[in-house]
Amino acid sequence: MATNHQNITLVDVSLRDGSHAVRHQFTSEQVGRVAAALASAKVPVFEVTHGDGLGGSSLQFGLSKEPELDWIQTAVRQAGGSRVSVLLLPGVGTRKELKRAHEIGASVVRVATHCTEADISPQHIAMAKELGMTVCGFLMMAHMVPPAELAKQARIMEEAGADVVYVVDSAGAMLPHEARDRVRALRDALSCEVGFHGHNNLGLGVANTLAAMEEGATWLDGSLCGLGAGAGNTQFEVLVAVLDRLGVETGVDLYAIMDAAEEVVKPLLPRPIVIDRDALVIGYAGVYSTFLLHARRAAEKFGVEPRDILIELGRRKTVGGQEDQIIQVAYELAHRSSVAQGR
Amino acid sequence: MAVKVGILGSGNIGTDLMYKILRSPSLELALVAGIDPQSEGLARARAMGIPTSTESIDAVLADRGIQIVFDATSAKAHLRHAPLLKEAGKIAIDLTPASVGDPVVPVVNLNAGLPPDNISLITCGAQATVPMVYALSRVAEVDYAEIVATVASKSAGPGTRANIDEFTQATAASLERVGGAKRGKALIILNPAEPPIMMTNTIYALMPEADEAAVVKSVQEMVAEVQRYVPGYKLKVPPLVEPSPTGEGKMVTIMIEVEGAGDYLPKYAGNLDIITSAAVRVAEKLVEERLVVS
Repeated sequence: MATNHQNITLVDVSLRDGSHAVRHQFTSEQVGRVAAALASAKVPVFEVTHGDGLGGSSLQFGLSKEPELDWIQTAVRQAGGSRVSVLLLPGVGTRKELKRAHEIGASVVRVATHCTEADISPQHIAMAKELGMTVCGFLMMAHMVPPAELAKQARIMEEAGADVVYVVDSAGAMLPHEARDRVRALRDALSCEVGFHGHNNLGLGVANTLAAMEEGATWLDGSLCGLGAGAGNTQFEVLVAVLDRLGVETGVDLYAIMDAAEEVVKPLLPRPIVIDRDALVIGYAGVYSTFLLHARRAAEKFGVEPRDILIELGRRKTVGGQEDQIIQVAYELAHRSSVAQGR
Repeated sequence: MAVKVGILGSGNIGTDLMYKILRSPSLELALVAGIDPQSEGLARARAMGIPTSTESIDAVLADRGIQIVFDATSAKAHLRHAPLLKEAGKIAIDLTPASVGDPVVPVVNLNAGLPPDNISLITCGAQATVPMVYALSRVAEVDYAEIVATVASKSAGPGTRANIDEFTQATAASLERVGGAKRGKALIILNPAEPPIMMTNTIYALMPEADEAAVVKSVQEMVAEVQRYVPGYKLKVPPLVEPSPTGEGKMVTIMIEVEGAGDYLPKYAGNLDIITSAAVRVAEKLVEERLVVS
């Protein structure tokens, strides 16, 4: 390929996005094993937090089995030459939690906002830079706005001090040309690095990540076995193999990362990470991937079809964090159909 | 004759507040002070013949007749304003999440004796959710209360955006201090959908023992009380009482929508009304209790 893909930084999110898939029930022992496997495969950066970031343990998103600081501390102890990242959503977590995470050894942070709300992130980005952390701005649900608008939002994060700004396909809804257009718009507008975080709801996790890389994205996310929200993330070990075939240097040991996926993460999967009909509808309707398990639970509780809930959430243009809307929509659907039956 | 009051800050909250003060028989709006000469809020005030200034706090301090000052700037700015207002003998009603004075939520503690010189209205999220937490805690113990305030992006101005940590922290603290929960947590979500969404609030509570009928009755009564000053405050879903995900006790879920009066921003911005209506209510109470009309 014509493009020079030097300095690609791969970020594993098995212990953060993967937290959604296990309903935030990781134990420190499991975190330690995954972290050690990632470190021995020489993954440069891996992320550890509740799926919704620091302070995410809640009734809205699901309570964590263990305190987040225990997970982070365990990961840091096993990290070896890898760096430990945390996620922070302003409005959910605060600078207070970020400071504590940094004190116990987190050296990278992704400050995440909905793709139109970057101006709630400058305080957090600035503080993280003062602490000496590497800071990624994380523009979630990036399929919802055109590339030019996304680039404007990315500028806000760059100006606040971000080292990298990500195009985040939280809904796994982007087609390759859409990922490409957004990364190109950021590349043209920014002087800092650009990243891409994909989900596999339409089966395009790896393909979109490659398209993003071809347009100049240098920070690429994935998770082992795809462990993550919805139909999971870009499958990390597959991405490593594909990049190796392309001759792109990532520094990750291919056999070791395959072993980490097969022997360490696969036994943790509560269910196979596949594109079933509910996950497919998430990608198709452009809904936050995390809504999958919440919608299934609400569907069961109120006796409605999960896909109806998800399509309605898409129609209402819900954003990440609106898990409470799932209950409301399920209630309304149940109420509507019982009214209909009554007649 | 009415008591003279001033507004500091001409953003979304300050401007919405202006319309509500103009309807109050016991308050006279003597000044709207901002910093930005281009501000829409100042333009609207001028058009209605209300004195305005771009000299912010200095203009407020210079007007000796003003007895009550509504601060609708930002938490950081209020920390600076608070001692100056106190020194000038003016009572501050704080609509920023600075948490300088004691917190007040009218339906809960308006009659419990207002703080002397600085009254914190916490946040719009607190004004919308603390009444519900209090409705639960007056029935049975609340071990943990968590609220999610979702507001339309258009209704969250630059002050709110720059103070998002202060917003969640002040709101969480008020769930404990005013709402009566042992532990509180607050989340805020901004949604940019067009047309803009109504402000919605979800309140979750973990209660070791909760009698469903008593919970529902208390919540409905409290909703009716809030409606007396915010008519657009309503239950979206009847209170859900279920087994707690922790395995012990009950979890109560309450969903509230707040439709605004549409004074400044359209009706979706109930987050403005819930706090500006509280501010006017507090000011009227102050006038009744302690201020001599000059």
